[in-house]
Amino acid sequence: MSKFEFPPSIKSRPVYGTLEARQGKAHLMIADAEGAEAILRIATPDLMAKTHIIYIPRGAGFADQLRALNPAQFYEGPSYAASVQRIRRVLQDAHMGLQVYLTGTEGLMGQAQNEAMQAGIPHTAIQTEHRGSVARRMQCVHCKGITEDVETDPFQCSHCGLNLFVRDHYSRRLAAYQGVCIDAEDPGNVPAPKGIYE
Amino acid sequence: MTIQFNDETFRDDYSFHNSDWAIKRFPFPFHEDSYMYAVNMEQHRGGPEGSVYEKRFDVDEHYVSEMRDRAMVLADDPLRCQSLPHMTLAGWDLLELIMVSKSEDYPDLFELHRDGDTWRWVNKPLGIDDTFTFLDDTTLPYGPMEYITRQTQGDFCVLDQRDGNLWMDAGMVTTQADWSLDFDIGMNFFEWHAPVPLAHEKGIFVRALKFLLNIQQGAPARRLNWTMTVNPLLDTSPENYHKWGIQKTTLTPENIGAKQHLRVELQTFFRLPRSNGLVFPIRCYLCSFQDLMTMPKWGRRLHRVVRDLPVELATYKGFIDNRPMMLDYLSQFDDGLPTSPGVWPDLETEPPLSR
Repeated sequence: MSKFEFPPSIKSRPVYGTLEARQGKAHLMIADAEGAEAILRIATPDLMAKTHIIYIPRGAGFADQLRALNPAQFYEGPSYAASVQRIRRVLQDAHMGLQVYLTGTEGLMGQAQNEAMQAGIPHTAIQTEHRGSVARRMQCVHCKGITEDVETDPFQCSHCGLNLFVRDHYSRRLAAYQGVCIDAEDPGNVPAPKGIYE
Repeated sequence: MTIQFNDETFRDDYSFHNSDWAIKRFPFPFHEDSYMYAVNMEQHRGGPEGSVYEKRFDVDEHYVSEMRDRAMVLADDPLRCQSLPHMTLAGWDLLELIMVSKSEDYPDLFELHRDGDTWRWVNKPLGIDDTFTFLDDTTLPYGPMEYITRQTQGDFCVLDQRDGNLWMDAGMVTTQADWSLDFDIGMNFFEWHAPVPLAHEKGIFVRALKFLLNIQQGAPARRLNWTMTVNPLLDTSPENYHKWGIQKTTLTPENIGAKQHLRVELQTFFRLPRSNGLVFPIRCYLCSFQDLMTMPKWGRRLHRVVRDLPVELATYKGFIDNRPMMLDYLSQFDDGLPTSPGVWPDLETEPPLSR
């Protein structure tokens, strides 16, 4: 599957790279859905012998291919929320030099990066590669509710119901983009929703 | 002089008002008849007597009412004041800076008595007389940053300095020009300024950061920034934008002089001694158009600045829709005469409106 090229944007918006295998005695790879393809691309038997893969399929059929890589540890989680306790436990045990690889949707990479940062790993030391859906994790600035997988702009907040403009302003701490009321100055005047990158 | 504190509101009935004294000392931000972003920094080492630049932390007639408004904002939304765990020491630095400055600059209003680590703080306008142990969080009713900034006008961003950058890691933000501390906390200098148009391309933030990283103890700096606000609303937060945004549509040619306010931020920057953090107070001053027009020079100049401002800036500052009505009003106060250089009103030397 070809990778989506995000248009140039403001400086708070994350920029993702392309995973590459790095030197290290321990590797943690966290992926969802099509992120599996990025792991499959860099996997070698040597690397996999030192790698813990945490994978959330979200309906994509890559789990068997990842398992067949024979990673040192493999976990398939039904959702990010179900996996996050395990991610914290793994990071808590991490030693200096652990290599962290995040790939898949922005929501997955953002949240996992936040966990790694809280464990003391600088965000600049974490590799990321976007794959799959371009949907966003978004926080409503008004009610603070976070909605996963927002695909359209404007978007109705799933918590408070306000019609939100999906900004490019992004918080690493929240792992979310900001949504701001779009019709505050003209109530009811809400443009028809369209895809965020249309 | 002894300050007479106003009893006024910044919401609902908006009884906020400026005395003649407050109008005369208003920090009019335009030193010429046009405006574009600049790293307009200068030393913050006093200024003309009675001006808002004279003291390190200016206290004016709005003090008591502003602190009441802040308490209401915090009761509604405690997330307006946050401090990441590593910023507590910087909070104590800030508390010391403000207590020392205010007690020296306004000895009739504030007293600080220090006996080793046992400090007694007297704030007469707010009726506070507290004794606590310096650097012991358990001896104050709030964290040190929250405690002192509940008693000091202006928003406060407390910045950590590391990796050649500044990080917004703590703050008290209730009088902001439409930005969210809760969202921006933890961001670096370029990230929290990301939504600002044009200035990145002009290299403004790279130069500003270089300057700020090198601010030394005892050598604070300052600059002005500005925007427009309909009604004297201090809490123009994104959090509440769905409530206050509609107020922008209530302007009419009849009420614009009273309702439309120029909102000026006096931004100052102080190095903090123990944490090596930087505190960035953002003090908001509001003045209605009709009060500004009592200074003929400001009337002429404000018309020219608003008229010639690039569309991107008028949009970012949130008044592009109201600009035509603003210009209809302001043009009445522009007779085309030249204006003297600098921000001061020059009331004695500038000619009265000649039409």
